[in-house]
Amino acid sequence: MNTLQLCLILSGLVFGIGLAAALARSSAILVLLGVELMLNAANLNFIAFWRFGPAPEAGTGVLFVLFAIAVAAAEAAVGLALVIALYRHQKSIRLQEATRLKG
Amino acid sequence: MNATLVFLGIFILATAGTALSLHNIVRSVLLLVLSWFGIAAFYLWAGAEFAAFAQALVYGGAVSMVVLFAVLLTGRGHGDAAIAPPPPGRLVAALLAGGAVAGLIAATVIRTPFASVSDDAPSLPVRRLGALLMGPHAAALLVTGVLLTAALLGAVVIAAGARDDKKGPP
Repeated sequence: MNTLQLCLILSGLVFGIGLAAALARSSAILVLLGVELMLNAANLNFIAFWRFGPAPEAGTGVLFVLFAIAVAAAEAAVGLALVIALYRHQKSIRLQEATRLKG
Repeated sequence: MNATLVFLGIFILATAGTALSLHNIVRSVLLLVLSWFGIAAFYLWAGAEFAAFAQALVYGGAVSMVVLFAVLLTGRGHGDAAIAPPPPGRLVAALLAGGAVAGLIAATVIRTPFASVSDDAPSLPVRRLGALLMGPHAAALLVTGVLLTAALLGAVVIAAGARDDKKGPP
C-alpha cells in the first residue's frame, strides 16, 4: 500500500463517519456537521490526488479545495439560518418533528 | 508508510468519531473543530499551505463560531445542549451504511493499481496560486464571490425574516 492509497482510505473513513452521523443524529445541527465532514473528506481526496498526481504544478487540486471551502462556508451559513428558522417555527431542532410539509 | 500521515489520520478519525457520537452539541462542535484543524494539518503535510490556512481560518474560525451561535440561539434552557440519543435501530442502520460506504471505498482503493508516487512534496507558491486565481480561474472566482454574497443575504433574510411571528393577538 502506497501513501496515496493511505490518504484515500483516510478520506473514505472520514466520509463514512460523516455519513453515519448525518443518518443517525436527530439534531439538525449535527446532521449539518456530518455533511460538512463529508465535504472535508472530498477535499482530502482533492489534495491527495494533487500531491501525488502527475502534474502538481498546475495546482488544480488546491484551487478546487479553495472553491469547495468557499461553497461549504456559504452552505453552513444558509444551513444554520434554516436551523434558526426551524427553531422559531416549532421550538425544536429535532428533524423528526419537522413534518409540516408531510402529505 | 509515513508516520506523520498515520498520526494525523488517527487524530482526525478519533476526534471526528468522538465528536459525532457525543450527546452534548457544544462538546461535539469543539471536538469537531479539532478534527478540522487536523485536516488543515494534513494539507500542511501535503504541501498545500494556502489551503491549510484557508481551512483553519474558515472552518476553525468562522464555521465553528456560526455553529456555536446556532447552538446557543436554539437552546431553551440550562442543559438543553444535551440531546437524546438516536433510537437503536436507526443508529445501527446508519453505522452499517457509513461502514459499508467506507469499506467499499477502502476495498476499491486497495484493489486499484496506482502508479508509484514520489514522496517529494510539490511546491505551489502563493504567487503562482494568485496568478492562477486571477488568470485562468478568474471567472470561477467571481462566481464564488457572487455566490457568497447571495448566501449571506439569503441567510440574513431566512434567519431574521419572520418578524411578524412575534406579534401575538391584540
